[in-house]
Amino acid sequence: MEENNDSPAFKMIIIDNVKYKTLLTKKFMARKVYEPADFNKVYSFIPGTILKVFVKEGAKVKQGTKLLELEAMKMVNIITAGVDGVVTKINVKSGDMVPKNHLLVEMN
Amino acid sequence: MCTLPESKTGIRDKTSTLSKSSDMSLTKKTSDLKKRMRDALMGGGQVAIEKQKATGKMTARERIIALVDPKSFHEYDLFVEHAGKDFNMGDKYLPGDGVITGTGTINGYPICIYAQDFTVAGGSLGWMHAKKITKIMDHAMKLKVPIIGINDSGGARIQEGVNSLAGYGEIFYRNTQASGVIPQISVILGPCAGGAVYSPALTDFVFVVDKISKMFITGPEVIKTVLGEEISMEELGGARVQSEITGNAHFFAESENECFEQIKTLCSFIPWNNIKKAEPFPKKPPRTRNYNIESIFPTNPRQPYDVKDVIRSIVDDSEFFEVQGMFAANIVIGFARLNGNTVGFVANQPLVLAGVLDVDSSDKAARFIRYCDAFNVPLVTLVDLPGYLPGVDQEHAGVIRHGDKVLYAYSEATVPKMTVILRKAYGGGYIAMCSSHLRADFVFAWPTAEIAVMGPEGAANIIFRNEIKNAENPEEMRKQKIKEYKEKFANPFVAAAYGYVDAVIEPAETRNMLIHALEISAEKVEVRPNKKHGIPPF
Repeated sequence: MEENNDSPAFKMIIIDNVKYKTLLTKKFMARKVYEPADFNKVYSFIPGTILKVFVKEGAKVKQGTKLLELEAMKMVNIITAGVDGVVTKINVKSGDMVPKNHLLVEMN
Repeated sequence: MCTLPESKTGIRDKTSTLSKSSDMSLTKKTSDLKKRMRDALMGGGQVAIEKQKATGKMTARERIIALVDPKSFHEYDLFVEHAGKDFNMGDKYLPGDGVITGTGTINGYPICIYAQDFTVAGGSLGWMHAKKITKIMDHAMKLKVPIIGINDSGGARIQEGVNSLAGYGEIFYRNTQASGVIPQISVILGPCAGGAVYSPALTDFVFVVDKISKMFITGPEVIKTVLGEEISMEELGGARVQSEITGNAHFFAESENECFEQIKTLCSFIPWNNIKKAEPFPKKPPRTRNYNIESIFPTNPRQPYDVKDVIRSIVDDSEFFEVQGMFAANIVIGFARLNGNTVGFVANQPLVLAGVLDVDSSDKAARFIRYCDAFNVPLVTLVDLPGYLPGVDQEHAGVIRHGDKVLYAYSEATVPKMTVILRKAYGGGYIAMCSSHLRADFVFAWPTAEIAVMGPEGAANIIFRNEIKNAENPEEMRKQKIKEYKEKFANPFVAAAYGYVDAVIEPAETRNMLIHALEISAEKVEVRPNKKHGIPPF
């Protein structure tokens, strides 16, 4: 039942310019804060082995150009460029084993 | 089992010679039967039973006996044997093929039940094991009684190959056919992984026990191998994870016995099948000394309160059986009784996240609304929400389509629907929480209700934007305009003037109004357009 002394656990949340005193859930507090995607940085979406690298540093690529082949989950995954640009750095070579979210290729 | 009839001597010569030897045979065969039963009832043997108990788990038969009424359990298919041919399976004797099936009663309430026996081949599912389960499920469908499944299995029996998959497929198909016809309850008392875990999620209610239940599609080993992510079974899909994060579990218990008590309580609230209504109980008033609406509800409209206390101040004996209490706590769902009859409650919880609707709470509410609609449980909705939870993560997670599930569920439901607007009901949230437009039968509002397209602060900023901009003191003007808007619109009377609210009532009258509404809606019939089924925003 409601008493007038504030429970220290209450936090503040703002909905439509109004501040509400309330508890927050664990999921809400652990939520991923939005960051716009940067297509110039190509990360691995899954750990695996690099099979082939199709481009060299300095190459001009268009959106959809094949950059490299990543073998994972018994499939050959083809990583393509997200935007038009120029390849500035290639951090991997054929035979490298990479973890998830590894920066593979940088573009400009 | 049938007994040999008393042979009458003198009917046929053959019969009279037979009668003597058949007497002896009967005794001998009966003791042979008892021996076979003893062997089969031992399951995987004493060693395996001890191992099961050492991990803190009860055996399958112990669980059934603990759950059902004393002496009410009758077991079938005890002598079913596995059908495995490859991998030297022919040599192995698996009692009952690792699953116990039968019928019984829970508090006099008839049920069909199966429990997987972890002591026999790890409870793994083979073709005959699945046939036993599908047989008892078919029985439940024909007899129109609930089916309870106790899951405790290592998964598919790899030695039986595709037949294990076939077994699972047959079970899932029947889960779907039974959905909305008979109550289906799953109790996860061990591992339930890979393909197996699809069955519980198709059933109506999933019970889990701390440190014992484990549910996941791909286990920690596979995740480690493929993704390099290390996680324990408990952290990946243990009871707490399923109750708090995924929403796959509806009831969480600290021990198996507590779990069985929860199942018994649930059975008292739900009907046997979709043609019946839940059994009425003796009428009891709420415990108004402990739960008094006037003292629960805060005077400051920005102050939170626990809506469960409001529910308890309305319902019989202040008894509220909450469902999925640990998941999406910003909405509250559960069962209670009004004048002895079961009702389902859906209520915004201002205590958590200001009572907003979001992806998880929408899913939680929508499924419960559909359950109540399928099984003739009237719905009471308590409304106090400022809107939907803002955020990119919510939008990108599809709060549009998830929020729509609540609208869809309420609109489609034809059970008696009663709504009580306690405080804020702004914008889309007002519509979604069973407004009269979604064909609520009765909409009541408290004097504290604020039914408006937006809160006063947001609305004043838009409507009076120019006045505020051009004022000498914009802040003062803003405050004044907010006050004007609040006085004019933040109340139930504007909606009542259009008939969107049937009655503005005093909080203390809520129980009486709801009971009366339920009584006259008892024979409600509402017609929906003829169709095979709709296309809800899955």
